[in-house]
Amino acid sequence: MPKVSPCSAFSSVTISAWRRGFLSAFCLFFFCLLSNSLTASPSEAISLKHRSVTLALTTEPPKLNTLISSDAISFFVIDHISEGLTRYDANDKLVSGIAKSWHSEGNTLTFQLRKDARWQDGKPITAHDFVFAWQEVLKPKTGAPYAFLLYPIVNAEVINQGELPADKLGVKALSDHELEVTLVKPTPYFLDLLAFGTFRPVRQDALNKWGRAYMADADTTLSSGPFILEKWVHGANLTLTKNPHYWNAGNVYLDTIYIPYITGDASALFNLFLEEKIALWVKPALGPGSIKKALKEHLPLKKHDTGSVYFLEFNHRPHRMTADKDLRKAIQLVIDVDVYTKKVLGNPGSTPAYSLFPPFLKGAARPFHEEYPPLEIRPDYRKAKAHLAQARKRLGIDKFPPLYFLLDDSGGTGGNKTGEYIQELLEETLGLEVRLDSQMFKLKIAKQRKGDFDFVLAGWGPDYNDPLTFADLLHSVNPNNSGAYQNIVYDKLIERVQDTDDAIKRAKLFGQMQHIIQDDVPLLPLYYRGDIYVQNPRLLHLGRRIFGGDPIFTDVQLAPEKESSP
Amino acid sequence: MMRFIGKRLLSGMVSIWFIATATFFAMHLVPGDPLSNEKAVTPEIRKHLEARYGLDKPLLGQYVLYISNMLKGDFGISFTQENRQVNDIIEEHFPVSATLGVLAIAIATLGGILLGALTAHYKGKWPDLLIMLVVILSVSIPGFVFAAFGQLAIMWINDTLHTRIPVAGWGSLSHMIMPALVLGLGTMAYLTRLMRTSLIDVSQVDFVRTARAKGVPESRIFYKHKLRNALLPLVTVLGPAIAAITTGGFVVELIFAIPGLGQYFVQAVQQLDYTVIMGTTVFYGAFLVLTVTLVDILYGFIDPRIQLLKG
Repeated sequence: MPKVSPCSAFSSVTISAWRRGFLSAFCLFFFCLLSNSLTASPSEAISLKHRSVTLALTTEPPKLNTLISSDAISFFVIDHISEGLTRYDANDKLVSGIAKSWHSEGNTLTFQLRKDARWQDGKPITAHDFVFAWQEVLKPKTGAPYAFLLYPIVNAEVINQGELPADKLGVKALSDHELEVTLVKPTPYFLDLLAFGTFRPVRQDALNKWGRAYMADADTTLSSGPFILEKWVHGANLTLTKNPHYWNAGNVYLDTIYIPYITGDASALFNLFLEEKIALWVKPALGPGSIKKALKEHLPLKKHDTGSVYFLEFNHRPHRMTADKDLRKAIQLVIDVDVYTKKVLGNPGSTPAYSLFPPFLKGAARPFHEEYPPLEIRPDYRKAKAHLAQARKRLGIDKFPPLYFLLDDSGGTGGNKTGEYIQELLEETLGLEVRLDSQMFKLKIAKQRKGDFDFVLAGWGPDYNDPLTFADLLHSVNPNNSGAYQNIVYDKLIERVQDTDDAIKRAKLFGQMQHIIQDDVPLLPLYYRGDIYVQNPRLLHLGRRIFGGDPIFTDVQLAPEKESSP
Repeated sequence: MMRFIGKRLLSGMVSIWFIATATFFAMHLVPGDPLSNEKAVTPEIRKHLEARYGLDKPLLGQYVLYISNMLKGDFGISFTQENRQVNDIIEEHFPVSATLGVLAIAIATLGGILLGALTAHYKGKWPDLLIMLVVILSVSIPGFVFAAFGQLAIMWINDTLHTRIPVAGWGSLSHMIMPALVLGLGTMAYLTRLMRTSLIDVSQVDFVRTARAKGVPESRIFYKHKLRNALLPLVTVLGPAIAAITTGGFVVELIFAIPGLGQYFVQAVQQLDYTVIMGTTVFYGAFLVLTVTLVDILYGFIDPRIQLLKG
């Protein structure tokens, strides 16, 4: 056989052959394109026939193992594939979950579990599965970030610190369907806590068999909730299907939840929603640009209060200027929270905050804000300057050194806009020089923990339905107290709140804390975050939540397509 | 030849080792770590987490362990994604990026050669000017703008032609065309310019004039004499371009919701997911070194004037 060099092969091809080759390649190409777009039926946003919805997720769920999960995306999936003793319904009301009923005697709670509650493989969910799970959460080697939520249970804290074996936990399985929990002290929000992902049952044989692979793939997942993780192609797609063994399966309408898109890109999500490829776009929340585009397309905008509050947290470490109360008061008296939230932040879902406690929190009988309305502090430049002069005098300086403002601009917190606004405002009104320290999220967290700032733009989302989840932030022993605020009076109030379950007393104590926060300004509340989202109007009874998984499809129903007029 | 290849592979290996070492220490210099999060944990739990991920050892010890595992081909387990091997992440997602990249390269080269030939042929006339304008725009406008426009274009096509081309996602060829086009556009523009210059250069060379004087038909002159000689510079840039395109499609992957490796690369840096940063960086580095080496070797076959033995 003659040796064919590349050049002779090249020259032997005639022009017409080239042309023919090109033409047929083109035809093939377009044929593929056409056949694909015709045959591969892309899943629709909503299918009444298949009782399915299609969604997008911003990232893939990082950790579905309920013992160690800590992020919103994971909790979204978890709340569909598992259930705790209690749960929240579509109206955000606490209802019974795997526990059918319960009663309490002093600090002891006894739960009756549903006999028909089953794992996805048909085996019954027993009290032992809860005992095992909670002990595992508290074992130090598990490294559970939310272990502290179990601390109301007897011995939980010492077990978590490695000073007692896990079997000393105050939780007992009286029988397969009877669970006894002993609490250290009255905890009025304990039933709320039980709905949280960290309190879910875990079956010992499953965890032992799969080890670290437990809940890390579709075939190593064991569902106790309304849906099953049917398919999970990492980084690409997830499919949830109805769990036939779920005790309340008769009331679950949806058969399938498809998640074929994983992207956090706003324009991609916008186009997917517009093309009716996804039924819902909640995360990331629509920013100012997307809202404008959505209004132009007449998309149905909705608002969800996230329950989070954002604030400027001051550094109270002794060598910091911001440890001076008068300096903090001066800053408090020049920032107009109302103007800031409405004009600077540019997110119509958010509302100005005058308290660390968001409006959704309950007081003794009515909403906390109704019982203890926070003072709406208005700017007062004259008073602010007087405070500043006092601070200068006390510190014995003529001019303040530059203040470092730490922030990040991820997750729609409006970081950089806030930074520029505060910088200019403090310069203009008080003559304070502010240097912006804008960091990537992880770096910001690291600097915040180290106390490497004068004030920081921070936010806090509640872990349970009680003002304590916010109030605790300023407790001197809390690792999340990144400003290192120390106030003996405040600490006492926290301890007193933890010692009583009298609703009236507790509300009053929280009212006192709110007053201290406004007066001493350990931090300066800016806004309560509300997110704007779009939802296909055919999607009914979608649950939006402040705690745990969000959004929730367990109670969703689908409306038929509107008949188009001929 | 073998000596040349051996030498290139050895220097490639040194480059990869250097990439791994530099990335490792740079990454640990950044404040914060993969375990820190919005909500702080108690020191006790923190200690156990560090032990679990091997962060409790001194940095140099971690480095030695990492490099020795890397030599065994084990990139470790992701910090942020429970129980996912970095090897699995690369194995599952690189083929997606590569498929998209190969398609993009095909579009870019075919388009580049075609447009380059057109501009050279109509040099100074309106087709040349028009194409060059488009080329300059494509080089200077960033990819994410084209990606957004590409998506709008799909929606427009669907609307007017009643097709059902998916706006995002992955699975069939119809998912791939637009992202590949967007991804290849920059390279196509670059290749067009390159092709135009080298075709114009080669038109003035003696052997072309001789051929023309001999009465060789113009089309034969184009294919046999001009095109073949003009292609060489193209091959030079194609090596790095292949590596850049098959690995650098992050924005396109994000906007079209394509499950490629690019998203992991960027997310890992944001999350400081040490093992994923190391795995993807070393993998990309090795890929680049390999393509460049391959192109060097290919030279010898394409142009006998370049002798590898002496290189």
